[in-house]
Amino acid sequence: MNGPHDMGGMQCYGPIEAEQDEPVFHEEWEEKALALTLAVGFCGMWNLDISRQTRENLASDFYLSHSYYQLWLAGLENLMLERGMVTAEELEDGRLRSEAVRVNRTLKASETKTALLKGGPVNRDPNSEAVYKIGDKVRTRKFNPKGHTRLPRYARAAVGKIMGIHGYHVFPDSNAAGKGEDPQWLYNVAFEASELFGENADANSSVMIDCWEPYLERV
Amino acid sequence: MKKPHHHDNHWSDMQLRVKTLESLLIEKGYVDADALDVIIETYVSQIGPRNGAHVVAKAWIDLDYFDRLRNDATAAIAELGYGSRQGEHMQIVENRPGIHNLVVCTLCSCYPWSVLGLPPVWYKSAPYRSRAVIEPRSVLSEFGLELANETKVVVWDSTSEMRYLVIPERPQDTGGWAEDRLAGLVTRDSMIGTGLALSPTEAST
Repeated sequence: MNGPHDMGGMQCYGPIEAEQDEPVFHEEWEEKALALTLAVGFCGMWNLDISRQTRENLASDFYLSHSYYQLWLAGLENLMLERGMVTAEELEDGRLRSEAVRVNRTLKASETKTALLKGGPVNRDPNSEAVYKIGDKVRTRKFNPKGHTRLPRYARAAVGKIMGIHGYHVFPDSNAAGKGEDPQWLYNVAFEASELFGENADANSSVMIDCWEPYLERV
Repeated sequence: MKKPHHHDNHWSDMQLRVKTLESLLIEKGYVDADALDVIIETYVSQIGPRNGAHVVAKAWIDLDYFDRLRNDATAAIAELGYGSRQGEHMQIVENRPGIHNLVVCTLCSCYPWSVLGLPPVWYKSAPYRSRAVIEPRSVLSEFGLELANETKVVVWDSTSEMRYLVIPERPQDTGGWAEDRLAGLVTRDSMIGTGLALSPTEAST
């Protein structure tokens, strides 16, 4: 979906405000927001792409006016509400009013370190040959899907060059739509800044974008 | 899609709201209170930019290790005991004379947690996410980094689960330095690309 999350190339957000000696968390609730999001994610009721899509689907004014961890919390609440894991009333005051939904697993303290270390790799065994090879010229598709995609708007219908082949990775556009992992070849593609941004582009710069095969067409 | 049920921005309200959510989810059995503590402890004190600085310093003094990083960064980083979610598929990008790399995630806030920890607020904020791809030189100058016009800026937009770690150039006058001492020159920003590694003079002030 063309939403506020797709920020690349916007010029309206002002200067960067970097904080000196920034702490990992600014408030105690932020560390809890992170921990709850990871721990409930481990229940296996959704995947990473669904959770990204849920944050992207938050109301655009809300998305632009709330902090990172506030977006995470709002996304987490929506994911749980959609699956009946909690009710809106329960979120309001914390009083239990409904039975818990059966989840696929829960993260125990004893296995947490191992689970964090391992993460969730998204490379899969390929069952096709990569269509493109390093050095090939490609054009990204011009499309505007209503669902989730990882091809930024600023890089659509642009010509670039394949610089690397990362492997055969879960395809977010399908995975977020509940259509399974649908793995695809993933390429690193170089675009000259002038191809992406025309005459206003920074001279002597380029942008490297990871593109799944369905995003690309041969030039 | 339901709207988020709260619209407040007040930290104290957030504290209360998250506390409420936490106790609800524990009572429902979805999360284990002790697991939450382990997650927080891990990202506060075990996973952070010191990990990345170790990787960079080792690469500077151990060319075999540097080659292993080039070939399979995920495995080479794991050799040092570092791993995490958001670090499952690592690739290094090397600064060289005439080439400067900069990492961003325009679509969300993807960041190499295993080597840099959790991202700083500015990395996740609209100004950086929007401008890094269209005007990287002006972004860098806001970080106090003015690059020569001849230096090419290569911006890496983290659109997939690949995570990029910039290997900054080794500062001059550090010949013979031990790994630990070199690691002290490697800042978080130098591994994102919004800075350079510190010179010995900068590090001593």
